[in-house]
Amino acid sequence: MKKLLPFSLLCFALLLSSFVLRPESGGYQVGDKATDFKLKNIDGKMVSLADNKAAKGYIVVFTCNTCPYAKAYESRIIALNEKYAPLGYPVIAINPNDPVVAPGDSFEAMKTKKYAFPYLLDESQQVAKAYGATRTPHLYLLKRQANDLVVSYIGAIDDNSEDAKLVKTNYLENALAEIMAGKPASTSTTKAIGCTIKWKQA
Amino acid sequence: MLLGLGLLLALPGRSQQVAVIKFPELQKRLSRPTDTTYVVNFWATWCAPCVKELPNFEQVGTTYANQKVKVLLVSLDYASQLDKKVRPFVRQRALKSEVVLLNESDPNSWLEEVDAKWTGSIPFTLIVNNKTKQRATFERELSKAQLTAALQKFL
Repeated sequence: MKKLLPFSLLCFALLLSSFVLRPESGGYQVGDKATDFKLKNIDGKMVSLADNKAAKGYIVVFTCNTCPYAKAYESRIIALNEKYAPLGYPVIAINPNDPVVAPGDSFEAMKTKKYAFPYLLDESQQVAKAYGATRTPHLYLLKRQANDLVVSYIGAIDDNSEDAKLVKTNYLENALAEIMAGKPASTSTTKAIGCTIKWKQA
Repeated sequence: MLLGLGLLLALPGRSQQVAVIKFPELQKRLSRPTDTTYVVNFWATWCAPCVKELPNFEQVGTTYANQKVKVLLVSLDYASQLDKKVRPFVRQRALKSEVVLLNESDPNSWLEEVDAKWTGSIPFTLIVNNKTKQRATFERELSKAQLTAALQKFL
């Protein structure tokens, strides 16, 4: 017991330091302004955030054809667009995977999807890098503030990837409700498991 | 004779049982004040880069069998896939490292506690020695050389 106490103190200190000394990770944090992009949609047209002047914001989701987690969330992403596009927050899906590594994520394969929202190819992977996306699905909620689109929530859609019926906390929808009411999201960053983005091999 | 028969009978079933655990149990195991270096790899049968790097972890387990190194493979497959995917996979590959399945539905409730920097993509590897207070994490695929180099710093 005598030995345990200093150890548990150290554990606590380590735990504390892991929060305090958390290094700045690449990409956007909540509160950052999102820079616009111009990416090719599966219909061949180029899409920018600036195109839709009426949007109050965007649900930007990095996703793909191949990841089981992306597949598990596909119908939920479609439902999010159905529900929130009319409220001013449409979905923009971006596929960042290198088709050389993941052939199922080629532009041709992406075209088999028939979404009511853009499904964009991030060919250079620069947009995923700018956002700091690491996995699919990885979601960023943007809210228009004056002339800017401000990152207002980053993370998971909900707390149960396997079964939408077993979801207890709808992280994104809770955040959206607060943001649409003009408040900051009380839980503005969440973490989720996903497939690592298939980066181009150097 | 009996022993031989017993061994023979045990042989087909020699592949390990995969324990299904909750996060507090994993946390408890990883916080024990032991001088054994734990190499903990978070993976899943559906994760191609994870499956690709698994042999490296198996090899490390064999190479360092005589040293205080323990390889723990934490599957993030859904618990519902235990008999359908995970156990057959472990059996087919004859995995020697201990495999557990972490049965937690909300990663947001535990990812941060494994590592504050972990954004949630896998493969993810944690090497930890509680005696020497050393710790290293990798949110990416590791080659055999990279894994060995990382582990050497602990030995």
